Amino acid sequence: MTACPVPLAAKDRILLGHGSGGRLSAELIREVFLPFFRSPVLNQMDDQAVVEVGGSRLAFTTDSFVVKPLFFRGGNIGSLAVHGTVNDLAMGGAVPLFLSAGFILEEGLDTAVLKRVAEAMGRAAEAVPVEIVTGDTKVVEKGCGDALYINTAGIGLVPEGIRLSPSRVRPGDCVLLSGYLGDHGIAILAEREGIRFETELASDSAPLHGLVADMLAVSREIRCLRDPTRGGLSSTLNEIAARAGVSIQLEETAIPVREEVRGACEMLGLDPLYVANEGKLVAFVAPDAAERILTAMRRHRLGRDAVLIGTVSEKHPGLVVLRSSFGTTRIVDMLAGDQLPRIC
Amino acid sequence: MCLAIPGKIVETKEIDGIRIGRVQFGGVTREAYLDFVPEARLGDFVIVHVGFAISRVDPEEAVRTYRLLEEMGREEA
Amino acid sequence: MKYVDEYRDPRLAKALVGEIRRAATQHWVLMEICGGQTHTLVKYGIEELLPPEVELVHGPGCPVCVTPLEIIDKAIAIASLPDVIFVSYGDMLRVPGSSSDLFRGKASGGDVRIAYSPMEALRLARENPARRVVFFAVGFETTAPANAMAVWQAKREGLRNFSMLVSHVLVPPAIRLLWASPGNRVQGFIAPGHVCTVMGFTEYEELAREYNVPIVVGGFEPLDLLEAILMLVRQLEQGQTKVENQYARSVTRLGNEAARRRMAEVFEICDRSWRGIGPIAQSGYRLRAEYAAHDAEKVFGVETITASEPAECISALVLQGLKKPVECGAFATRCTPENPLGAPMVSSEGACAAYYQYRRHALVGAAR
Repeated sequence: MTACPVPLAAKDRILLGHGSGGRLSAELIREVFLPFFRSPVLNQMDDQAVVEVGGSRLAFTTDSFVVKPLFFRGGNIGSLAVHGTVNDLAMGGAVPLFLSAGFILEEGLDTAVLKRVAEAMGRAAEAVPVEIVTGDTKVVEKGCGDALYINTAGIGLVPEGIRLSPSRVRPGDCVLLSGYLGDHGIAILAEREGIRFETELASDSAPLHGLVADMLAVSREIRCLRDPTRGGLSSTLNEIAARAGVSIQLEETAIPVREEVRGACEMLGLDPLYVANEGKLVAFVAPDAAERILTAMRRHRLGRDAVLIGTVSEKHPGLVVLRSSFGTTRIVDMLAGDQLPRIC
Repeated sequence: MCLAIPGKIVETKEIDGIRIGRVQFGGVTREAYLDFVPEARLGDFVIVHVGFAISRVDPEEAVRTYRLLEEMGREEA
Repeated sequence: MKYVDEYRDPRLAKALVGEIRRAATQHWVLMEICGGQTHTLVKYGIEELLPPEVELVHGPGCPVCVTPLEIIDKAIAIASLPDVIFVSYGDMLRVPGSSSDLFRGKASGGDVRIAYSPMEALRLARENPARRVVFFAVGFETTAPANAMAVWQAKREGLRNFSMLVSHVLVPPAIRLLWASPGNRVQGFIAPGHVCTVMGFTEYEELAREYNVPIVVGGFEPLDLLEAILMLVRQLEQGQTKVENQYARSVTRLGNEAARRRMAEVFEICDRSWRGIGPIAQSGYRLRAEYAAHDAEKVFGVETITASEPAECISALVLQGLKKPVECGAFATRCTPENPLGAPMVSSEGACAAYYQYRRHALVGAAR
């Protein structure tokens, strides 16, 4: 074989993979945004920013929702937007207070569809409760958007004494997971063109602030909380392992996955560890607080299936390592872009 | 080659001379073409690859293999 | 899941490993041919369990990996045409061509879509009569019946806007080449269970006779592979060179005749170039002349660009089992899943990607 010059390193265009929550996303933020948005708070790259304003600590977050289809079993883009933003705040230990809602609409979108979304959003917000206090609407020309995108911002109040951050995670900590993995991602995939399959599975989209409050009420020895959304549990844990400079050791047999999710993943060649969740959280807690916190979680509707899935170690820092049902170990790596269905 | 998994036939129909079924894989169901497994019936398990059944799982062979492994497992214990 | 979970039982795996340990009295080099089998071996860490006497070398069983550069380049060229809807299996999208890949082609405006099955592409063609739908028909013999059915159905329906870009490859010619290669150390093969589900294993009986090599047709679950390894080791220890069928719940000696009949109507054997290996005579399928109207290479007269791999990529040697991914200078440094230099790093079945994903810490540990 003859020599060839440059491998494909040139990143001159945005690819779908840049939005997947994996390595490409992280790279994009590091290389394109951080250099210009100079802020020590931003550099921490948490799901929410905690800022001091007049003696209070505010959690402040933003998120965008581009899901297709707009309506799916277990939710829709509107309820997803409310829950997703509330969850970003909740992961910082904040009590969610206010949301903004910005809409980018494609010319020609059926107004009835927009009304359904707005209604769902309003209902979801009331159920939390959180108030949508400001918003914006823009319309783009037909063909430039995918019918409807939502951007939100959220503000919450972080109670005194609560500081949740990957930097607090240390070797020996326990890793707790609030429930079954992969429900949301698979529920969405089931409706996706080209892949469609039948399932009773519904998205697990839900607001987690109540569960978080219950957990914080029994123990302050919670170091860090994260909701494993796009990129799945793997991306979340890899990020934290990297930020905290530790490794995370997981027990494969402890990780709960529903039969439907397993079936879909087996069929498409996907790994549940990389599939999105919208109503689950991972908690890093002090080892002697783990039992107490798990009990509290299981008393809550959204934490009924909470389990201990692993521990934090100082060996192999930055890596997430899984012990299989056979007792062998493998790395759970960060994906580059989206997980692709395979044929092999 | 390669990614093909066993699923249970829960429905069969014929459309335009082509035999199609609904096959269930651990809780999710998907359409699969059954023309290559004319012997497969409702309730049978088939191995499906990219939406096509390529074989009917032989339950006797499956049991035989498994029994052998179980035997080994008992001896080891 | 029935017929899946039983073959993942850790207790039985332990028993099989025990048997393998007892059976192996000398060093044996085995090769599993199929990428899906490689995936299982690496996912369950089977090599970690095997005694040092049994060495596994990963074969070229990844059709995504071996699809020639030229075909990827053709695919990208076709996908960039404004009226084309280009449909492909997911894995193919990230495979690097000479200067781009289908994902980037999509980013540059090509209408590239993922499908789980070729029948989805057929459906798109029916629903979009004004567009030309092209399906990227890649795969070993396992995928050929499905691809054959799609194009057979298209011809039957007179679906003029549907065509396929075919790059099918066959396993037995690859084994012949491997066997003839001077560096070959492989003493026994695990034949690909789903290829054999379609093709049967008479071709492998020929190979076993010709080369005096034991071959076991293996499945894809960990217990299948462990059992196949045990069967091979036992044969080798006894100097036997027969073909045995471990995956009898799916594979029969004559395979799936209904599938092969459809394939024979649509495809004929041709020479094919394997990326990382080179041309192998009579090692692929192409569409028969009667299907020319649905043959994307004929429908779209895309020029062949002579393409070449980055110098550092040793996929040729890895695909032939002559080197392990970790022996490549660029492994995990200049060549990673986000910046793959060659196909075995892109495809999740590729030996390099599998090693990268799952084994990096063992190497990191070893290096310390």
